[in-house]
Amino acid sequence: MSSLKHLLSAADLSRDAAINLLDIAETMSSVNDREIKKLPTLRGKTVVNLFFEDSTRTRISFELAAKRLSADVINFSAKGSSVSKGESLKDTAQTLEAMGADGVVIRHPASGAAYTLAHSGWINGSIVNAGDGTHEHPTQALLDAFTIRRRLHGAASSGKDLAGVKVAVVGDVLHSRVARSNLLLLNTLGAEVHLVAPPTLLPANSSAWNAVIHFSLDEMLQTVKPDAVMMLRVQLERMNAAYFPSEREYARVWGFNADRLAMLRENALLMHPGPMNRGLEISAAAADSPNSTVLEQVANGVSVRMAVLFNLLSGERSIDNV
Amino acid sequence: MSKFLLKNVSLLGEAPTDVLIQDDLIAAIGADAAGKAANHDSAESVEIIDCAGLIAVPGLVDLHTHLREPGFEASETVLSGTRSAAAGGFTAVHAMANTSPVADTAGVVEQVWSLGLVAGFADVVPVGAVTVGLEGKQLAELAAMADSRAQVRVFSDDGKCVSDPLLMRRALEYVKAFDGVIAQHSQEPRLTEGAQMNEGIVSAELGLVGWPAVAEESIIARDVLLAEHVGSRLHVCHLSTAGSVEIVRWAKARGINVTAEVTPHHLLLTDELARSYDAVYKVNPPLRTQADVLALREALIDGTIDIIATDHAPHPDESKDCEWNAAAFGMLGLEIAASVAHDVLIASGKSTWQRFAEVLSHNPSKIGRLAQQGQAIAVGSIANLALIDPSQTRDAVSTESRSHNNPYLGLKVGGEVVHTIYRGYFTKRDGKVAAGGRNHAAPTDVNSAAKVSN
Amino acid sequence: MVARTVLTGDDIDRAVTRIAHEIIESNHGVSDLVLLGIPTRGVILANRIAKIIARNDANFSPADAVGRLDITMYRDDLASNPTREVTETVEPGLGIDNRVVVLVDDVLYSGRTIRAALDALSDLGRPKVVRLAVLVDRGHRELPIRADFVGKNLPTSREERIQVQLLEIDGSNGVLIES
Repeated sequence: MSSLKHLLSAADLSRDAAINLLDIAETMSSVNDREIKKLPTLRGKTVVNLFFEDSTRTRISFELAAKRLSADVINFSAKGSSVSKGESLKDTAQTLEAMGADGVVIRHPASGAAYTLAHSGWINGSIVNAGDGTHEHPTQALLDAFTIRRRLHGAASSGKDLAGVKVAVVGDVLHSRVARSNLLLLNTLGAEVHLVAPPTLLPANSSAWNAVIHFSLDEMLQTVKPDAVMMLRVQLERMNAAYFPSEREYARVWGFNADRLAMLRENALLMHPGPMNRGLEISAAAADSPNSTVLEQVANGVSVRMAVLFNLLSGERSIDNV
Repeated sequence: MSKFLLKNVSLLGEAPTDVLIQDDLIAAIGADAAGKAANHDSAESVEIIDCAGLIAVPGLVDLHTHLREPGFEASETVLSGTRSAAAGGFTAVHAMANTSPVADTAGVVEQVWSLGLVAGFADVVPVGAVTVGLEGKQLAELAAMADSRAQVRVFSDDGKCVSDPLLMRRALEYVKAFDGVIAQHSQEPRLTEGAQMNEGIVSAELGLVGWPAVAEESIIARDVLLAEHVGSRLHVCHLSTAGSVEIVRWAKARGINVTAEVTPHHLLLTDELARSYDAVYKVNPPLRTQADVLALREALIDGTIDIIATDHAPHPDESKDCEWNAAAFGMLGLEIAASVAHDVLIASGKSTWQRFAEVLSHNPSKIGRLAQQGQAIAVGSIANLALIDPSQTRDAVSTESRSHNNPYLGLKVGGEVVHTIYRGYFTKRDGKVAAGGRNHAAPTDVNSAAKVSN
Repeated sequence: MVARTVLTGDDIDRAVTRIAHEIIESNHGVSDLVLLGIPTRGVILANRIAKIIARNDANFSPADAVGRLDITMYRDDLASNPTREVTETVEPGLGIDNRVVVLVDDVLYSGRTIRAALDALSDLGRPKVVRLAVLVDRGHRELPIRADFVGKNLPTSREERIQVQLLEIDGSNGVLIES
């Protein structure tokens, strides 16, 4: 098992390292199924959830993961700090360092904040990027890959990659850290990635991206016949910035509804990172269908984050073993 | 009376000769210089300075410097900024208007101008704001600034774009009355809301909000057409894209009175550097692609771009030592400009020291209407000189600025400024900036010739 | 480095057979008996022991009574040795609650692995009895732990290395001391 110092980007993971993390997550998942859902592995380690942005789901997922590994967990909410007035990222980091944090799970509205934290010299602990601006969210990509692998291979998942699996990512790719991390990890694992979005919600220059771009969801569903469709959350403030004309039009053209559900292959996965806008990017019928993996993704998120924390923190503190 | 004899100095790359400087003027050149120095009344000592291997160029003139005083003295002062200028071979700098208070009245520009006189390291030529408070709403009192002791000729809202087309038209028209020029910071504000870096492959990957080239190019296109329509002078600040070069080239071919500048960093650095998320590379306009860099270098050589201007923008450490989005835009430039020009024009083998002198001295002086700067190296000219050793490579450090946002740190660059002579006074000698500024009484006529049209 | 064979393949077979018989004897039969191998070689030894027990008592079904117990997450040396493979834990079909659980490992040394195994076991359930079977006991205990069934006691120095080779993973059977 190779151990990482930080997890900042899905690009940090080689194919072997990614599969290794997914395999450890399988082990963690069996712990989550038993009566005593706790391991002593990270006893005495301190994990700080440093959240500059509200995200209860991600925070409690990491919190549960750290607690199930017996780490001490501190939640540090610094909403609105740094970019506006108040304590800077540097001061916060140095404070955590002085307190002896072994791992820092950071969610921040600025792209690159996790990278800056890891490379600044302000702090020695391991950094886990739990979402930085519109850049990346690598543990989400890992849990998505884990969910796909489990649905496809069941108990025989260990050791497998996603070679040949066709995954479509649909919606606000431009602003989505989930999309960026998934694009990287899915390609690393051998999957074929399709992006579906209105042209306004794709980067102006995605030519270097290893993905097939579609503007029509229906056409993509018919021609690609994907194994998994990942719907991205649409943020309503985008509408006011003229990325799309109205909720109704978005739902009609790019939303996943009952008609499109009927176009899916029988065993295809319908994924969503949550929280969902029911009726906008996904209809209730689709979200509650047997194809939907929304709740599995939540459960798998804990296992995957346990695997990541185990990998990063079960080494000696402050040794750079990247 | 002070006398210096520069021995064996190469004027703009020509065969070595001697130059005699007496007080603030060039007194003699060639055999004549050595003769005059030798024959001189023995009571007067003539200091002989060995300049073998050094190239003399006219003192450099920066059309775009942020000296930060008044208001942001933690970042830079007129004194520290002009010391940095002297270190870089400059004998004149144009101080941008985005101070606090903004340089939008005769009082503020006169204050900056007189701070420059007191410091004595370079002529400090204030740039006046185009609009009150740089707010883009109401014209500042441009004529009052032009008539003040600072005799402002360059007006700019730099940092902000005069985006209102009607206001821009009026400004261009109004400055014709005193032969002024509008130096536009070309940035369409709606197209760059929240923008962090060049919009392209790198921004798409990094998830940083993109700054499209068209946001710059559309303003330049509009402005050259306005300048043509009203028959005025337009200067384009820190042009950064290949497309902008094409528009300026077209405008010049059409006879429009437009000049353009490029910064050292846009001639050298690219948006790939943003991958480090190190905010020292965050600048406005943003670093662009390698294709843009190459187009800008060619345009500087072929004359489409008229000048190099530094956009020297000091910021305190805390404005850069943070996440990218929270960081300030800007980087240091005064102490690197000569080396970058050397790299683009001389080391490349593509151009000449004559062109070097044009882009860093003659042309910016013409645009700013500075009669006493950018003069040819000739007998009777004011002794503003930079002496450069092209054989040296050096660490790209910045020693004199109060700030440390130097993106070149760690690079080795060519072309070291060994001496800077400002009005006959060594502001930098043997690689070291002088302890004090030029002690002479303030020349009363520092800008008196500014009204000479050019 | 000199390696010297202290147990041949035949010696191992005899030791495993003897352990199997001792387990049946001490348990007065095979009722409630389950074996848990500790990866990697303990799992193989557990399977070998199970086969012999089944040969002696048809009531013992290896398919239901043998499992594996990964103890990586319970080690106390993760900080200094972070690169251990994590493997699957498989509970025997009979479960471990109220069973007689025999932990099987290849070498007993400091006792720390067994300490971790006991912790892991207590998170999985509550056995009636826990016993320990090892192929080799080399001494130098650091915890108050002893084995109930020992294939061979091998007095060693701390500098020596014991290498257990099993056909299933090493291609041959034997126990070597390297010094």
